[in-house]
Amino acid sequence: MSLPAIWFVLIAVLFVGYFVLEGFDYGVGMLVPLLGRTDQERRAIIATIGPVWDANEVWLITAGGALFAAFPNWYATLFSGFYLGLALLLAALIVRGVALEFRSKGARPEWRTRWDAMIFIGSAIPPIVWGLAMGNLLHGVPINQHMDYVGNFLTLLNPYAIVGALATLLLFLLHGALYLDLKAPEELARRAHKVAYKSGRLATLMYFAFVVMSYFYAHFVHKLGVDPGPIPVLAGLSIIAVRFLLPGRHREWAFFATSLTIVLSTISVFLALFPHVMISTLNPRWSLTIYNAASNPYSLRVMTIIAVTVLPFVLAYQAWTYWVFRKRVSFKDTWHY
Amino acid sequence: MSDVGLARLQFGTMTIYHFLFVPITIGMAFMIAILETRYWKTRRAEDRKVLDFFGRLFLINFAVGVVTGILQEFQFGMNWSNYSRFVGDVFGAPLAVEALAAFFLESTFIGIWIFGWDRLSPRLHAWSMWLVAIGTSLSAFWILTANSFMQEPVGYKLIKGRAAMTNFFALLGNPQLWVEFPHVEAAALTTGGFFVAAISAHFIRTRQKYRDWFMPAATIGLLVSAVGSILVVIMGHDQAQHLIFAQPMKMAASEALWYNSGLHASWSIVSFFNPVTRHTWFSIRIPYMLSILAYNRLTGQVRGISTLQHLYAHRYGPGYYVPPVMVTYWSFRFMILIGTVMAVVAVWGLWLARSHRLAGSPRFLKLMTWSILFPSLANIAGWVMTEVGRQPWIVFGLQKTVNGVSPTVPIYEVAITFITFSLLYLIMGIIEVGLVLKFVRLGPEASEEHLDPSEDGIFQPH
Repeated sequence: MSLPAIWFVLIAVLFVGYFVLEGFDYGVGMLVPLLGRTDQERRAIIATIGPVWDANEVWLITAGGALFAAFPNWYATLFSGFYLGLALLLAALIVRGVALEFRSKGARPEWRTRWDAMIFIGSAIPPIVWGLAMGNLLHGVPINQHMDYVGNFLTLLNPYAIVGALATLLLFLLHGALYLDLKAPEELARRAHKVAYKSGRLATLMYFAFVVMSYFYAHFVHKLGVDPGPIPVLAGLSIIAVRFLLPGRHREWAFFATSLTIVLSTISVFLALFPHVMISTLNPRWSLTIYNAASNPYSLRVMTIIAVTVLPFVLAYQAWTYWVFRKRVSFKDTWHY
Repeated sequence: MSDVGLARLQFGTMTIYHFLFVPITIGMAFMIAILETRYWKTRRAEDRKVLDFFGRLFLINFAVGVVTGILQEFQFGMNWSNYSRFVGDVFGAPLAVEALAAFFLESTFIGIWIFGWDRLSPRLHAWSMWLVAIGTSLSAFWILTANSFMQEPVGYKLIKGRAAMTNFFALLGNPQLWVEFPHVEAAALTTGGFFVAAISAHFIRTRQKYRDWFMPAATIGLLVSAVGSILVVIMGHDQAQHLIFAQPMKMAASEALWYNSGLHASWSIVSFFNPVTRHTWFSIRIPYMLSILAYNRLTGQVRGISTLQHLYAHRYGPGYYVPPVMVTYWSFRFMILIGTVMAVVAVWGLWLARSHRLAGSPRFLKLMTWSILFPSLANIAGWVMTEVGRQPWIVFGLQKTVNGVSPTVPIYEVAITFITFSLLYLIMGIIEVGLVLKFVRLGPEASEEHLDPSEDGIFQPH
């Protein structure tokens, strides 16, 4: 495998990690005001992601840094092109981060409800933005011969991308509900379970609407990157499976199913793009590929050595955190948030 | 305002704001780690209370530092896409390593530290804060590796008009990095030390009951800031000497040295000048001092702005290579003044503490409390000096700032994000300061009761 291809895979791995882990964080964040009726309940909901959300978010930061290092042109075109969208995402993440930390630092109910609303908004915007981004990446965007994006923000708001945004939003909501089913105190878990039933239906519907629309809008219909084989089919099957796993006794299987959907869908998107990273709708020759967007071999080689050395440690201590906090959250715990 | 001007204003504002919180986080992480390690030795209830108290303040600050850091990772691509394309091959690597090696470490172990009090052994729990502290310092190291490349490009060659990395170890061994990183790291430790010492001083002075509780923290804080601030001065001196060779124009501008100095160069404490006519109309000067600062001896000429302008025009082609002298000169003076005051306050305070006279010196304690502001002011002044002084270059000698901006981002979009983020940061800053003041007012014995919601309103007790 060529060095740019290795880095394409590594970027995909980082986004997979980000979507799977922050996916349930965002879902849980949205469910804080929706599911929690009392302050105690809301704190319990936040406590389920308390020890892990910050590190989960670093998957995105690392993906950003890795894009910059391995594919400077991709990084430059993507973030200067999707400018307002990215700004919205960043504003949401900023608000969400301080809201989680600050909400329990004041005693007044209005203080807390206001921050809870911020947690909701800050958790709902990122999946919307990423859904929009996915739709536009698959469809292609106006990019000129200098690799610069020449559309505007409204270009990004096409029906296909909007369906992608709703699908991602609902998928993450479902993912979060299933996570709470595993981690929240029993009473709340039961309610989360019900939410999963309801939102699961909608999420599945939207997910398949996006898949169907892909046959009309996405670039890969004309020119498939890599044949993804059964991967997208498995992604679709696993979200359908949620419905059948929910009534069962093993709730972790339902959560595993949405995780699988997110992993496989992300892989499908990357495979459909390969070897392109940003597709120009103006002229196919102006598209960014892993070759014309990549750094030089020396830089990629250095980065590969570092990534291969450090990543196992990161995975190990992050896994260890989940092990330390494996127990279901209980109302008897003392919480930081 | 031009689009470059607006993009610079945005980058400067966001970065300065972020950097208000970063040194506090780095320094405080070490302070908390020290206080916790000490607590597990003494196991006194009041030590735990003081530790928890500073922990609360630390986390409020940490949160703002983290969220404002997210923007930093992406704004190169947003507003500076041509810069990103030009330099990504070299500059991106340390940024990626920072995220991989430092951000994961700090964010994972901060979660463990916050939630792990009754799940980990004391040793492991204290270690998790030490790892957070190491993580924050690693982060500083990698981001300064990237910044050092902008100040002094090394380990690269130009391929098809883009910088390509040729030697990673040259980046790590960049002489600029090894004067810049120790200076910033020492400044961060000093900032953390002052933060703890200043707030401890407040309690020692105003709350009889807590006098003994806070004395150890005050002493540790003073010790760290005394050692730290002296190191800052020494490393700053090294950095200035390096600057004379690496970026002579920045040095000349920081000295408002319009023309070559004499053989025995004097150093101006203050100097009032007109940057357009280059006329200096009032100046207080220490003879020989600039020669000493530059070369550690009494003789030595320092090149002035006019000479360097000719030299740069010859080397880099026609253009104007003088950074804004007013800003560079005064931020440099401001940093040195405050840095010196900090060193004096810290050493004096340490001496008072060692001779058990600290509690009986209310006026000094008051000074100490107010000195919480000094490190942040000096930190910002230092950054303004080094980044404004690098202009007109974004990467010294390789790319000018005007050529680094995103060519197709409309100016109104930059304006929208600038206004949005500025307002967001302003509100966040007000809330953060409000919370810090509130927890200081509540003191070390604030507990859950102070934070539980009242029974009216929408929250019902469970």
